[in-house]
Amino acid sequence: MITFWFAVLVLTWVLYFVLEGFDFGVGVLSPVLGREEHERGAIIRTVGPFWDGNEVWLVAAVGVTFAAFPAWYAALMSALYLPMVAILLLLAVRGVALEFRGKHDSPSWRRRCDLLLAASSGGIVLLWGAVLGVLVDGLALGSDGEVTGTGLSRSLGPLLSPAAGLGALAALLAAVLLGATFLALRTTGPVRRRARDVARHTGTAGAVTLLLIGIGTGNRLALAAAAVVFIAGLQARRSREGTAFTAVALAVAGAVAAVFTAHGSVVLRSTLDPAWSLTRASAAAGPEALRLITIAGVLILPGVLVYQAWSYWVFRRRVASERVAS
Amino acid sequence: MDVLDLTRLQFAVVTIYHYLFVPVSICLSATAAGFHLAWLRTAREKYLHLTKFTGKLLIVTFAVGVVTGLVQEFQFGLGWSAFARFYGDVFGPTLAIEGMLAFFLEATFLALWYFGWDRLPRRLHAATIVVVAVGTLLSAYIILAANSFMQNPVAYELDPSTGRAVLTSFTELMTNEVVLAAFPHTMGGAAMAGGGLLMAIGIWRTVADPAFRTLARVGAWTMLIGGAVTAISGDHLGKVMTAVQPMKMAAAEALYETATAAPFSVFAIGELGHDRPFFSIEIPGLLSFLGTGSFGGTVQGIDDLQTAYTAQYGPGSYVPMIPVAFWTFRLMMGAGILAMAVAAYHLWSTWETTRRVPPLPAFLRPGQGTPRWLRRFVLLAPALPAAANTFGWIFTETARQPWLAFGISKVEDGVSPGLTSAEVIASLAGFTLIYGLLAIAWYRLIVHLSRQPLTPVASEQEEPEPVPAY
Repeated sequence: MITFWFAVLVLTWVLYFVLEGFDFGVGVLSPVLGREEHERGAIIRTVGPFWDGNEVWLVAAVGVTFAAFPAWYAALMSALYLPMVAILLLLAVRGVALEFRGKHDSPSWRRRCDLLLAASSGGIVLLWGAVLGVLVDGLALGSDGEVTGTGLSRSLGPLLSPAAGLGALAALLAAVLLGATFLALRTTGPVRRRARDVARHTGTAGAVTLLLIGIGTGNRLALAAAAVVFIAGLQARRSREGTAFTAVALAVAGAVAAVFTAHGSVVLRSTLDPAWSLTRASAAAGPEALRLITIAGVLILPGVLVYQAWSYWVFRRRVASERVAS
Repeated sequence: MDVLDLTRLQFAVVTIYHYLFVPVSICLSATAAGFHLAWLRTAREKYLHLTKFTGKLLIVTFAVGVVTGLVQEFQFGLGWSAFARFYGDVFGPTLAIEGMLAFFLEATFLALWYFGWDRLPRRLHAATIVVVAVGTLLSAYIILAANSFMQNPVAYELDPSTGRAVLTSFTELMTNEVVLAAFPHTMGGAAMAGGGLLMAIGIWRTVADPAFRTLARVGAWTMLIGGAVTAISGDHLGKVMTAVQPMKMAAAEALYETATAAPFSVFAIGELGHDRPFFSIEIPGLLSFLGTGSFGGTVQGIDDLQTAYTAQYGPGSYVPMIPVAFWTFRLMMGAGILAMAVAAYHLWSTWETTRRVPPLPAFLRPGQGTPRWLRRFVLLAPALPAAANTFGWIFTETARQPWLAFGISKVEDGVSPGLTSAEVIASLAGFTLIYGLLAIAWYRLIVHLSRQPLTPVASEQEEPEPVPAY
């Protein structure tokens, strides 16, 4: 049961990072690829019907973490207090910028929303990347499952580690690559062309970064991901946009899964004493809670996947950046 | 202030702020669904315009609700990790199920509805907004069930080996007598909040565009019906509360000594202290009636409860902050009743009757049109229910003190162990700044959207953004 829920947990986080990853990437790329106002509008329109549904995977992932592994949730959130708060605040800014942009036609309002969207998307990606990096490294967990130390250094300290830096860089590259291949798939005209170019360049850079991570951590998944990303960049060049996007999504999924399974059954490594590490068993919830979410998950999640897939099908057409005269 | 106070303050700030937008979203999704179905049935253009108009207000409000709601899910771990660890079994599944069941529905189907006007068959498209409305209700119910656990812990047992609360029955958790009573009460309050916004916009715009008359009246009816539901269910909730948390209701009246046929003070002057009796305007027997259903019923006083709790839970103060409980309870009821009165008066004054009415003073005659004072103070309509909702929550949460979950764990036991004031001050500053900006942007956008004509000019493009070419 615990193993099953660990798998579900990894799945929800993977889905979150892949799905929201591409709309983060679109956010970061919107000012780069959208030279004109109407092009930026079209770029944002490509994620308009999806981003909120994507973000709910974060609600699901955090909910599953809390429900199935409460001690892990408690340790992680309170340890990374300030980074998490920063992510939440940036998510707030970003969500509102996305939803509010099209509701007012003044150019200054839209410019401000565009700017906020790009900045917040970039910031969130960097922070999530750093958090994932820290997850691999582990935290200074004490015997009570809480991170030792006090003050700002406690919550910000872990983000200054090389692992966090590498994670942030990899996340930014991954998001840009996801966003670029997604935009190449979903747009037409000059935006599509520019998106393809970006995909090709970041494909190479992303592959190199993943290769470094793979060599550094000895993680085979990361090495495989590096190859996939490299191929994706090439595919994007050859207008095989569907293949390119799928390849990048798979690579990101692999990388995220690698982070969560890096230490076997240890879910959060203590850097002070291995005995204080949180394992799947020690962090798991009680049997009744697990039984309950199993029933709920089995009944609900397949339905969610079906209707989310349906919504992608409904809005499958490319968004043209040329304004259609009314 | 120490870490505990700061963390409590932060929880209060972000929760109260979140709950300014949630009730409006709940009500607007139901109203939009109502307009949409009315359009489908009657094929009257008016309803189509009202649907789209309400839909835009909904999207904008929903967005703020979503981004601030996300914070709520993280909060238990951020500032209250000891609580999260202790109650993870109860709270975690509840939040996870809310996310999987309701939140996904709301987010996905709202997008399908908003962007799907020309992509989906008519009936299927109308069904999407109904799904959104149902999703918001589900969300609200599950979250209220989680809160009701803290008011009246059920369906758990304490695991002696880990010291954690372990869930024993989800059904029991979802049918807690407190959630059964609190759900209609909260939904009535939500109807008042959303109805108030619609009524305000309707009144404000009717002068320039008579098409808005319907919006104002629908808003007022929503407020009035919501108010009736709130009042009836509030009476029931009061009785349940008196049974499960007698201290809360005693604090609401500042009733120190156990009394039969206890009166209810409408207003009080002076310190609500123990030794100095305060002057108040009282309705005899009403507190007994509110609490027990009988004007002669016995209501336990604060002193007796304190003695009983000390014997049961050990030494310490079990008395919440009396003035806060006393006044928030009255402000909640006062604001709610005033909001209902404003709605009722508006309905009366815009009621076009063909029948002869008896000679009445001008302000009591129906069909006089929206009075001038109401047009000037139109913000009363959304502000009063919002105030009532806020005071209601402050009362519910502060009058439970010192308990986090009543009878099992205290507030000071829930806070994250390593947290420092500096961290909470930093995050509180961040929340205050960003939430303040969100409020300004939301208000500007609502005003902007309200200014647009209800009946769009035919040549004007519906969506200012580029439409897909295919």
